[in-house]
Amino acid sequence: MMEEDKEVKPSLSVHGHNIKVTEVLRDGDTLTFLIVSQKLSGTGEYHVHRTHSDFEWLQQHLFSQEDVPGIQGVIFPPLPAKVQMNASAKVMKQLGFLGLGEWQLYCKALETFLQQVASHTILSPNRAVEIFLTSTDPPGRQRVKKNIFNRLSQAVEEMRKEGHKDVDEFFQTERDHNLALSGYTRTAAERFLDVVLTEQKIAVACGHFSAALHLCVEHGEDPEKQAFSKTCVKLSEVFDCMKKNMTNVAEKDANSLGLGLDLRSRCLDAEKEMLFRRTCKLVELENATRNAEKAKPLKKAAMEEVKKAAETEFNHISGVAKDEIVRFQRERVKMLQQALVQWCEKQLHTAKETAEQFDQHLQAFRGMA
Amino acid sequence: MATSSERSPPPFPESEDQDVLDSEEVGGRDSDEDDGEDLFTSASEPPHTSMDPLLSPDIQSGQVSTKPPADENDPLIEPLTGQTGSKPVSELVSEPSDDFVDLTNNITDSPEDLTEAKSAVAAEAGDSTEFRVDEPTDEFEDIFGSETEELGGEVVIADVTVEAAADKSEVTSGSTDDSGEEKSGSDAEQEAKETPTATVIDLSADLSAAETKLPPGSEKIFDPLGDLFSDAPPAAGAKKTSTTTVDLSDDEGSDLFTQPLQTKPAKQPQRSLFEEPDEDLFGEPLGAASKKTVGKEQKDKSETTKAARAGSNVGGPLHENKPVEPTDIFTEEAVATAPSTRNTAKPKTNGVLSEEEPDIFAEATVELSLDSPRNERKTDVTAKPSAAPGPSVAPGPSASVSAPVSASAAKSLSKPQSAALEELEEESEEQVDKFDIQVSVKDPEKIGDGMTAYMAYKVTTETSLLMFRNQTFSVKRRFSDFLGLYEKLSEKHAPNGFIVPPPPEKSILGMTKVKVGKEDSSSADFVERRRGALERYLQRVVTHPSLLQDPDVREFLEREDLPRAVSTQALSGAGFLKMITKATDAVSKMTIKMNESDVWFEEKLQEVEAADQHFRKLHALVESLVVHRKELSLHTASFAKSTAMLGSAEDNTALSRALSQLAEVEDKIEQLHQDQAANDTFRFAELIADYIRLLGAVRGSFDHRMKSWQRWQDAQAALQKKREVEAKLLWANKPDKLQLAKEEIVEWEGKVTQYERDFERVSATVRKEVIRFEKEKTKNFKQQIIQYLECLLKSQQQLIKYWEAFLPEAKAIA
Repeated sequence: MMEEDKEVKPSLSVHGHNIKVTEVLRDGDTLTFLIVSQKLSGTGEYHVHRTHSDFEWLQQHLFSQEDVPGIQGVIFPPLPAKVQMNASAKVMKQLGFLGLGEWQLYCKALETFLQQVASHTILSPNRAVEIFLTSTDPPGRQRVKKNIFNRLSQAVEEMRKEGHKDVDEFFQTERDHNLALSGYTRTAAERFLDVVLTEQKIAVACGHFSAALHLCVEHGEDPEKQAFSKTCVKLSEVFDCMKKNMTNVAEKDANSLGLGLDLRSRCLDAEKEMLFRRTCKLVELENATRNAEKAKPLKKAAMEEVKKAAETEFNHISGVAKDEIVRFQRERVKMLQQALVQWCEKQLHTAKETAEQFDQHLQAFRGMA
Repeated sequence: MATSSERSPPPFPESEDQDVLDSEEVGGRDSDEDDGEDLFTSASEPPHTSMDPLLSPDIQSGQVSTKPPADENDPLIEPLTGQTGSKPVSELVSEPSDDFVDLTNNITDSPEDLTEAKSAVAAEAGDSTEFRVDEPTDEFEDIFGSETEELGGEVVIADVTVEAAADKSEVTSGSTDDSGEEKSGSDAEQEAKETPTATVIDLSADLSAAETKLPPGSEKIFDPLGDLFSDAPPAAGAKKTSTTTVDLSDDEGSDLFTQPLQTKPAKQPQRSLFEEPDEDLFGEPLGAASKKTVGKEQKDKSETTKAARAGSNVGGPLHENKPVEPTDIFTEEAVATAPSTRNTAKPKTNGVLSEEEPDIFAEATVELSLDSPRNERKTDVTAKPSAAPGPSVAPGPSASVSAPVSASAAKSLSKPQSAALEELEEESEEQVDKFDIQVSVKDPEKIGDGMTAYMAYKVTTETSLLMFRNQTFSVKRRFSDFLGLYEKLSEKHAPNGFIVPPPPEKSILGMTKVKVGKEDSSSADFVERRRGALERYLQRVVTHPSLLQDPDVREFLEREDLPRAVSTQALSGAGFLKMITKATDAVSKMTIKMNESDVWFEEKLQEVEAADQHFRKLHALVESLVVHRKELSLHTASFAKSTAMLGSAEDNTALSRALSQLAEVEDKIEQLHQDQAANDTFRFAELIADYIRLLGAVRGSFDHRMKSWQRWQDAQAALQKKREVEAKLLWANKPDKLQLAKEEIVEWEGKVTQYERDFERVSATVRKEVIRFEKEKTKNFKQQIIQYLECLLKSQQQLIKYWEAFLPEAKAIA
């Protein structure tokens, strides 16, 4: 790893933390994202258009860095699931927060993904990252359909290894912890999504009510009528204000804590995958060790060879994984804390704003009476 | 105004407007004075002779010229006392302002009353006459004298009646023909009547003015007032007698008002009141009197109660004003042998007096000086009108009440109570918080088990109104009792065009849940909603000035054990809604047939229907908003739960603590959302639901108006048919049948007039009710919105507090 780092010193020509996904363009069924990154060399920015397939290409390349020892111990930054236009409600629901709004949240998630990749010490040196971020032309569209990271196969084949007892107490604890945490986080994210969705519904209902109130306005000279109409209009304004505030709240909820929970949930999944890969390796190593012990002298050497290779790889993975987990735990707490603080501040801000507006309306009404 | 319109439907349909009435009344008084002057002038000479000693010299010259009415009244009273032997006078005196009313009332009762009154008056008259002579103007005396003389010449009673009738006829001018026809008996009598009636009116006006003025003035004044009163009662009695006699002769009994006044004249005066100030005064009093009499005849409970109230109220002010001469009031009462007549007369008179009193106090007190009774009277008169509309003066309410009462009485022969109530309402509206009554429905309690279980509510009333025995009292009522009350009220008042606030519908589903005893939130919600709806329903009933007067309402609020309402079963649930839709359907069907004469109603009906649609939409929207809010509260709760779980699973202690803190915050926020949902529900959803129901009632009132119109049209068609039959018979030359046909025509003509009047009355009531409804609506909504906003603001502030408390926790995570 250290060697790698040194080798790839001129790893990226852009600032990892300044990568932005600024725009999303709809092109038929596919979405094209505009990625802007600042050059390390000083002035100037790279502007590249990428589709989700390009992101997938990047991820595949990162996965398949066979030359990097212990690559499987890396917690790969999670790439948001592919979205399709006109996707069914169910698919959108699976997207969770990312399906909200006009893809801004999705862009945010992609942005986070790129930033994580670009600032990752093991991943950023990859050529693919540089190409992805700087090349004007879309990267090669060749698909690496099959690989060991195929989730489906993993699910089917390796599920039984999930419960495999770990040899290392640290990893065993981390695995258990991860299992619990990811479950809870996902639930929390879902619940929070419900809250946000309901807030949006309320906003819509307020809007309807506000609009309907305008229907009650009667025109005429009759002062009584005018007074009532005025009341209706005023109330309509109040509800319009409520609608705006509620929309605001929902948006900020989704933007801060929603996104945070979502990211955390996906990161935990990524960690789980990594841990799982390591467990697989562990199983492989154990098998190899057993085989080597049982092996007849004729094959013993070969078996030992296999065992050794597996052991080396496993140790690599474990080493990388340990670092990754420590880093991840730090980051995970920071991530959620940021989200919480942001969320709280926004809530506070909106509430204050709303209260002020209500107060104004209230005064107006009192003035009328 | 409604009353006036009702009465005078054929001749003066325009007079319906209440506002107009008020103004007209004022003007009418003036005009009355003028008429009175004329009458007085004509009559003045004779009275002088009778009254001569005291009043005649001073008053005659000045009074006649300046302000005959005021003077006239006094003189009239005096003469009457002197002439008739003070029987009629005494009665009149007692009810000066309302004299006309009284007169009419008296008239109905008159024969008996008069005699009694006369006797009573006579005693008082002696005293009063003297005093009065000084105070009242010469004109009055003259008038009285003339009247008295006339009376004296002929049979007193008969003369009086004749005169009164004549006056009425004259006043109405147009009506004279009718009166003439009715009284066809003798032209001479009519003439005589005319003068007397005018005088009577004047007298009454004057008397009232004088009385009112007197109280403020001084003891002396009081005395004169007393005298006046005493005189007045006799006059009234005389008038009454005259009217009664007329009635007897002309009317067949039931149509006392129309008959006594000679339907046309009576109508005209009322109308004139509205339209023409001069005539109005006379007309009004007459109408009022007639109305009162009618009311008495009809034996309306409400009237009596009202009258009693009015009387008590009036009595208070009067006594205060004129402590020296409690005799006035008493005299009236004493004089009036017939209790029914008295009651009616009293309230009216009371009202009049009170009205005048305020004015007097304000303006006339200083002026009371005996020398210029005319001026004072004039001022009083002017002041009175102004005062009457405005409740400014303490006695104002009673006074105003009385005025409207008279008008209402005139309007609704058949339903004097309601009319009076209406008037009361109008007055009350001006004094916004006049109805100091708060009704609350609390403590819903399930009684019994299984399907026979029911909810009982505690109905607590807090009031300072004198009509209730206690200031606070409470009773147990079950839901069907509320429905029963509505049934009774709507039966009584809806046909008159009143908007009777509807109670919440029966809900079989909701109640079944409660009965089954599920203690879940939906049944608690249901009970609370219904409790709130019942409370608002009762409050609406109680703040409706007419409905508050209803004995059933009082019984409902006060009586310990109410007889079980039986017929409400039919009203259950969907049935009730269906009924409303049916009614509205009928309305729409009839609209096609009815060729609407009044654009206002046409527009209003459309507005009401549009509003109904809008409110329904709003209601659906608010309900969905409430659903979402509840959903939000649920979701917040589960989010709080999952946050707590996450916190417990988190190994970073700071984060873990922050998360569990967050869970607590979310729990609190959930409560906020829940409160907000309730706020939405009770401030808006229920309010709008109420108004949807109320709009149904409004449409119902339109429906009733339509029905009334239909009846009138049918009667007209029938009349037309009868006329055709008559023509045929004439052609066929069958005299025996012809006579029958003619009788039928007369009968149907009466019916047509009656129905038309009914229609006008209902129309006026509906109009007034709708205006009131709209006013209430605006007020109600504004109030609710303010409360709603206050709630919103509070919850936002609470939210701010929560977040402010949480922010440091979040920041502390490291």
